[in-house]
Amino acid sequence: MNYFPDEVLEHVFDFVASHRDRNAVSLVCRLWHRVERLSRQRVFVGNCYALSPEILIARFPGLKSLTLKGKPHFADFNLVPHDWGGYVQPWIEALSNSRIGLEELRLKRMVVSDESLELLSRSLANFKSLVLVSCEGFTTVGLAAIAANCRFLRELDLQENEIDDHSGHWLSCFPDSCTSLISLNFACLKGEINLAALERLVARSPNLRSLRLNRAVPLETLQNILMRAPQLVDLGTGSYIHDPDSETYNKLKHTILKCKSIRNLSGFLEVAPRCLPAIYPICLNLTSLNLSYAAGIHGSELVKLIRRCAKLQRLWILDCIGDKGLEVVASTCKELQELRVFPSDVLGVGHAAVTENGLVAISAGCPKLHSLLYFCQQMTNAALIVVAKNCPNFIRFRLCILEPTKPDPVTMQPLDDGFGAIVQSCKHLRRLSLSGLLTDRVFLYIGMYAEQLEMLSVAFAGDSDKGMLYVLNGCKKLRKLEIRDCPYGDKALLTDVGKYETMRSLWMSSCEVTLGGCKTLAKEMPRLNVEIINEHDQMEIGSEEQRVEKMYLYRTLVGPRKDAPEFVWTL
Amino acid sequence: MSPLLLTADEGEQSNVSSSPTVDCISQNGSGLKECNYMGLSDCSSVDCSAVSSSSEEKKNNLNLKATELRLGLPGSQSPGRTPELCLLNTGKHDEKPLFPLIPSKEGICSLLQKHVVSGNKRGFSDTIDVFSEVKGSVYTAGNWMIHATSDSQPPQSVGQGKFPGNSGMNVVPSSMSSGACSRILEFSGKILQEDPCSTNGISHNHKTASKNNSSAPALKAQVVGWPPIRSFRKNSLATTPKNSPIALFVKVSMDGAPYQRKVDLRTYSTYQELSTALEKMFSCFTIGQCGSQGAPGREMLSESKLRDLLHGSEYVLTYEDKDGDWMLVGDVPWVMFIESCKRLKIMRGSDAIGLAPRAMEKTSKRI
Repeated sequence: MNYFPDEVLEHVFDFVASHRDRNAVSLVCRLWHRVERLSRQRVFVGNCYALSPEILIARFPGLKSLTLKGKPHFADFNLVPHDWGGYVQPWIEALSNSRIGLEELRLKRMVVSDESLELLSRSLANFKSLVLVSCEGFTTVGLAAIAANCRFLRELDLQENEIDDHSGHWLSCFPDSCTSLISLNFACLKGEINLAALERLVARSPNLRSLRLNRAVPLETLQNILMRAPQLVDLGTGSYIHDPDSETYNKLKHTILKCKSIRNLSGFLEVAPRCLPAIYPICLNLTSLNLSYAAGIHGSELVKLIRRCAKLQRLWILDCIGDKGLEVVASTCKELQELRVFPSDVLGVGHAAVTENGLVAISAGCPKLHSLLYFCQQMTNAALIVVAKNCPNFIRFRLCILEPTKPDPVTMQPLDDGFGAIVQSCKHLRRLSLSGLLTDRVFLYIGMYAEQLEMLSVAFAGDSDKGMLYVLNGCKKLRKLEIRDCPYGDKALLTDVGKYETMRSLWMSSCEVTLGGCKTLAKEMPRLNVEIINEHDQMEIGSEEQRVEKMYLYRTLVGPRKDAPEFVWTL
Repeated sequence: MSPLLLTADEGEQSNVSSSPTVDCISQNGSGLKECNYMGLSDCSSVDCSAVSSSSEEKKNNLNLKATELRLGLPGSQSPGRTPELCLLNTGKHDEKPLFPLIPSKEGICSLLQKHVVSGNKRGFSDTIDVFSEVKGSVYTAGNWMIHATSDSQPPQSVGQGKFPGNSGMNVVPSSMSSGACSRILEFSGKILQEDPCSTNGISHNHKTASKNNSSAPALKAQVVGWPPIRSFRKNSLATTPKNSPIALFVKVSMDGAPYQRKVDLRTYSTYQELSTALEKMFSCFTIGQCGSQGAPGREMLSESKLRDLLHGSEYVLTYEDKDGDWMLVGDVPWVMFIESCKRLKIMRGSDAIGLAPRAMEKTSKRI
């Protein structure tokens, strides 16, 4: 190992790109650790409370790109109270006080304030890329600061954030000298947009490859934009409504013909289906299509569109496509790798329009499928077994049967065998979400077969502590386990406490763990933060037998966090 | 074959209709017992011999309600909460509506309050009524969302038999934890208390309940966090109209106001938003309505304030639907409402005799 000068090692490490591999490299010996950390540019922090900004900055002085995740996954579903935490401010403060020339910041489920954005924009001179996913706490004022101050901004990507929209002026804050934009996504903004400013911005951004508009951008503007930016690779339409007999629509049809580079298409937040033919010419080139917000496109229109998309690799749609529509997908999209079918009736009641038949059809027609998110009305063991056989390559398999604890409607059996077949057949499965009626047996299968499993989401399942224990014992690579409404108690929690230090986090809500159990765990494992979320002041200290409603534990280098709100107790 | 287990409820007998239901169950001779969470956890859905453990039931009874987090439409009420909360919505908005949009819900709430203390198990059988009654459109407050899946169930599920023909329901109880069962469903189950016929025993529910469709308003409250869809997506799709998304302007008239207004219903996604907007629009015409709205940031209203609001508030929001009938705003899901609403009218309470007073009556009983 000492044969090579550091520069050579560094050069070799340049070819090691993935975080995992680089982490492994850093563990080989002190020399490698040093060379690796000094040359590392991209760091991924899966839990912002696992370490402190200072630790990060000390270890990686060459940091250029940082990814941070805050709240636990179940926060997406309103299970985590609003002010739980996940603030990015301390990170930005620390970075701005350091000599780190951060260029890219990617945040997920974090609380971002306008002050944070402003500080970021003023203190990081070389900042180029901001990606915010499912974040909240900021407004268009913060965006204006980013636009105005980040002279070399290349990417501003806002995905599904809750943003208070105060005005459309932030777009005008991009100086005329800003010509470096490559990617701009503001589809989640709810308010008005300064259309002229948008058009001018697009006109002076020759490198623009990805543009996703919000609902406030009408078809006329889309037309103008596409005229200026036929080189777009990724397009998200805004409001896609017009009179198909109009001049504007005609122009659009012609303009789109020139957009030969478009590979990703999304948006259609509002849509007049009669205007869809304008996009038919680009369908053949599409590799990614996201119509999951396009509630206005129904059945036959949807199918007509999809029939033209033979090269699709990724498809996100609403379940109004129905089983029949999925059969069309199966016969058309032979290259399909990722499929997400969302419920169009978001209240979750009534009929999801897809059943096990749609999934079976897909599995038969799309052998390359490796990622699935499927909300459906019902599922059978037989179907899952067929799917497992047809698609042994699943990496992510997330099935959500809308009705909790629903069994196989044909046999009235739990779905243990079906999911068992999936984990047995899909040897590379990394992420699994279960639903339907499930007993401890499914967890036995998971523990036995799911060797690569890293993330497991469980709801309303299992009969006893054994279920959870099978998983904890069997899945060696488990990193994230999230459980809600299952009968797992202290025994399951406490049997193998060392396991939790090998994992990123564990979430348990509406289970049977008690305050006493959590306290015991916290005492035995000082390097875990065991947080109890006590929302309604129900818990009294000292009543050990009390059931804990929500517990979130995670490994950390820095002990209990100082920004925990009143209702979060770190034991 | 998953057994469906029901136990005789040991809680308070709060209403006539509940006990006959329980009796009916045991009379069915199937040995059905409601199982609590722990009880169910002892039985796999595969074998049939589970027995509920009553001591654990009791333990679960204690804290479950308090620990629940529930969401519901304005006016929907979670059992166990204080009456003052009745008027309030999910808690996101601190403003109190000027016109109680959903006064009928208060009626429901008052009933709920009475039944709240009943044992958790009680709600279970009552729920059956709810589910079989409203085809696929009823939610329950509490941690579970269960919908009646009627049509698409294959015939085999009928064999399940012990529960109302609604096969979707059959599944739910057997594997549901007691905490769940109980917590949830007593809430929506109570809705039907108004109509005793609907609780004539489980096996009858399917038929009788459907007749009673109109009597129980579809109270929608969801299991928190289920189905697991990001809130952003939920909110987004809720506001996206599925049909032609052109603006939907409707006239709004108010009794006594010199001129009418128009609002675009598409710009709102909840009743609360509409109410707030209308309030702002018409505030210049109303006098002294807003006193009780100075409630502090928390959702708690004191009893007296609640009374003031109800009795003091003279106005009721109504709408004319496609059939030309004047309806009280707030009964149906928002999306359904905007599709059928032709005009809005802010009526004086005294004019809305058929609509509001019953609700006010019930609330005054509660208070």
